[in-house]
Amino acid sequence: MQQIAIDLVANVPALAGLDPALMAIILGVVSGFALLTVVAVLGMVLVWLERKVSGHMQDRLGPMRVGGWHGWSQTLADGIKLLLKEDIVPEAADSRLFKFAPLLVFAGAFAVYVAIPFSETLIVSNLNIGLFYVLAISSLGVIGILMAGWSSNNKWALLGAMRSAAQVISYEIPVALVLLAVVPLVGSLNLQDLIVAQSGGIANWFVFRNPFTFLAFFLFYISTLAEVNRTPFDIPEAESELVAGYHTEYSGMRFSFFFIAEYAAMAGVSFVAAAVFLGGWQAPWGGDAPGGVFWMFLKMFWLVFVQMWIRWTLPRLRVDQLMFVGWKVLTPGAFICIIGSVVWDFSAPGWLRTLGTGGVGLITLIIFAFYLRSAARGLIEGRKQKAIA
Amino acid sequence: MADTTDRPEGAIPDATVTVDYPGFPEIAPLDDDSLESELMTLNMGPQHPSTHGVLRLELKTDGEIVDNVRPHIGYLHRCFEKHAECLSYPQVVPFTDRMDYLAAMNNNLAFCLAVEKLLEVELPERVEYVRVVMCELNRIASHLVSFGTYGMDIGAFTPFLFAFREREDIFDLFEMTCGARMLYNYIWVGGVSHDFPPGFIEKCRAFLDKFEGKMAEYNDLLSHNKIFVERTANVGVLPLEAAFSYNLTGPNLRGSGYKWDLRRDAPYSIYDRFEFDIPVGSGEMGQLGDCWDRYMVRIREMAESVKIIRQALDQLPEGDVHKAVPRNVRPPKDVECYVRSETPRGEMGIYLISDGSNVPYRVKVKSPCFTAIAAMNDLCRGHYVADIIAVIGSIDIVLGEVDR
Repeated sequence: MQQIAIDLVANVPALAGLDPALMAIILGVVSGFALLTVVAVLGMVLVWLERKVSGHMQDRLGPMRVGGWHGWSQTLADGIKLLLKEDIVPEAADSRLFKFAPLLVFAGAFAVYVAIPFSETLIVSNLNIGLFYVLAISSLGVIGILMAGWSSNNKWALLGAMRSAAQVISYEIPVALVLLAVVPLVGSLNLQDLIVAQSGGIANWFVFRNPFTFLAFFLFYISTLAEVNRTPFDIPEAESELVAGYHTEYSGMRFSFFFIAEYAAMAGVSFVAAAVFLGGWQAPWGGDAPGGVFWMFLKMFWLVFVQMWIRWTLPRLRVDQLMFVGWKVLTPGAFICIIGSVVWDFSAPGWLRTLGTGGVGLITLIIFAFYLRSAARGLIEGRKQKAIA
Repeated sequence: MADTTDRPEGAIPDATVTVDYPGFPEIAPLDDDSLESELMTLNMGPQHPSTHGVLRLELKTDGEIVDNVRPHIGYLHRCFEKHAECLSYPQVVPFTDRMDYLAAMNNNLAFCLAVEKLLEVELPERVEYVRVVMCELNRIASHLVSFGTYGMDIGAFTPFLFAFREREDIFDLFEMTCGARMLYNYIWVGGVSHDFPPGFIEKCRAFLDKFEGKMAEYNDLLSHNKIFVERTANVGVLPLEAAFSYNLTGPNLRGSGYKWDLRRDAPYSIYDRFEFDIPVGSGEMGQLGDCWDRYMVRIREMAESVKIIRQALDQLPEGDVHKAVPRNVRPPKDVECYVRSETPRGEMGIYLISDGSNVPYRVKVKSPCFTAIAAMNDLCRGHYVADIIAVIGSIDIVLGEVDR
């Protein structure tokens, strides 16, 4: 940012004479607002997408009325409604904490975007500890959740907050550990460096680098599901158990902050997964045509779609089962990934490498074949039902 | 923690009610030697999303572990029994719809069977068959709701909408016959309100063919899902002795492994003419009598109902469904009867006393859900809060019938 500011002041005649430090602040504010807009719009798009995806999975249409094409402005209308609704703060609530909590949750989800490289050049702040920053800042949200649950003075909200704290803390460990499995392969925590190290097509992506990073990708994905409170790990806001969990008492705009934050966090972790494991802004055949942003968003949308797919298919785990999965399956798995990945990458003989890469490729193809099969079956079944009706 | 955990097994819970003022917590001074912990009173319902209506549970929990559950009922009490004592017999039938609103046909039948026993009327064959077809269709619809909402309780949304999709087809059949989709007033004393319309039988058969395929889908999606099994197996285990002592009936009793179904063991109407199995819990996934067993009994019962409907449609005789409907329902003086029948939720008993007028002197309903709810504390104690939801769903209560 500092460098860009200095360059701008030096090269753009209209800005000549401006203090580079001031310019940096202006740039920061402008890019912050731009990013905020992107995140808010993205949140709305994802809410709409979730409703459409769930609708089609459940044999219905989802929103169709508001706006023209397939009810695209339904979330916009809902957003306006939430803005205009009465903002209720329970009498017995700790009102300062109560009001502050949604902001903190949203800030945690939003701040992740600062370090995410959307393309080779488009990044707000190219931090040299990007990955570390992402991990650290994304756990800010749990403080907000805890605050919300505590300050609501509602037992259900408190239970939700307690569950959330336990869950996020337990799942942060495997998330951080599996990310560590790829860091030694590059020797950098900078997200741009990580992406550049994967250049040269799909075979060089870290997910296919060796069997352990392949495993690490799935472990990361599962752990992030828990970190952003998605089914099957959505116990902090389990609507059938805890009414609405930590945001039970929230209404209007404050509620929508939690809502947007949830979707922003979903997209955020998907961006991180795309950057670290799936080649970031690069196309599967190398290069970034027609643009890094396109590939980054495509990968993010795919990962988010799978999150939604999982949500509308699976039931929810119980608290103790969730802890079991976190501590006894994912965490040991993450340790295996770190050690395995490093040992493999630095000392595996050539024939084992070929075997491992081949195996990973085969597993991917099998998963893909299953996916195609079920998709085809779904299409055929759908045709049949349409024919009957 | 002492007052509740030291209680001997089976003792009546202490009747003191702890009044809790949210917002003004009393802060006890910290003891130097020990940190005291106390049970939290958690009020689940009547507006909780998963209490299947307006049940209120007073939970005493130690964090997330439930120590004691006390159900409070009565939020949906509509004085059915008193109303019934002020109305003529045919006028009571619509009120029975509103007891167990998910299985209104079966309630109609339960009441009409009792009145017909007092009257000693001879029913035309066709009426019996039509009633069986409708009741079994309604049993499927009711079990579909139970299956769907259970999925939703456990956190899976999609099965709920899949179940309702098929339920709508059943409702279309009902609507086609009697015009109503949920509360039918269809089974009358001595007959039914409408005969099958033209095209009903074909449409019903088409539905059954379609439905049989869907059952496999339900099992793939929910019944054998690993997470679902983890959540329901070994949860809320009810041993057979306990099921007997709580007087559980229907799928809840069969879930504990006892083969008892009034349609087979004390046949009413014409159920003795059909071939069907009685599914019982077998402890496949965990202990016998756990939530999964109770759930699975319902899923399997739907397949049996399909069998019964097919047989009934095959054997359907011709006849006039209004022939035996009495002009004036006036049972003999000073007679009484108790008639039980198998509703989707278990054994519903109707006790009637006649004083010779056209208004019943006394109507008493023995509700299967009411007895099931009594077992809540035994089923839930020591489990997590999340398991309470699983237990409520698995005993499949309808509050309209609990409170009446």
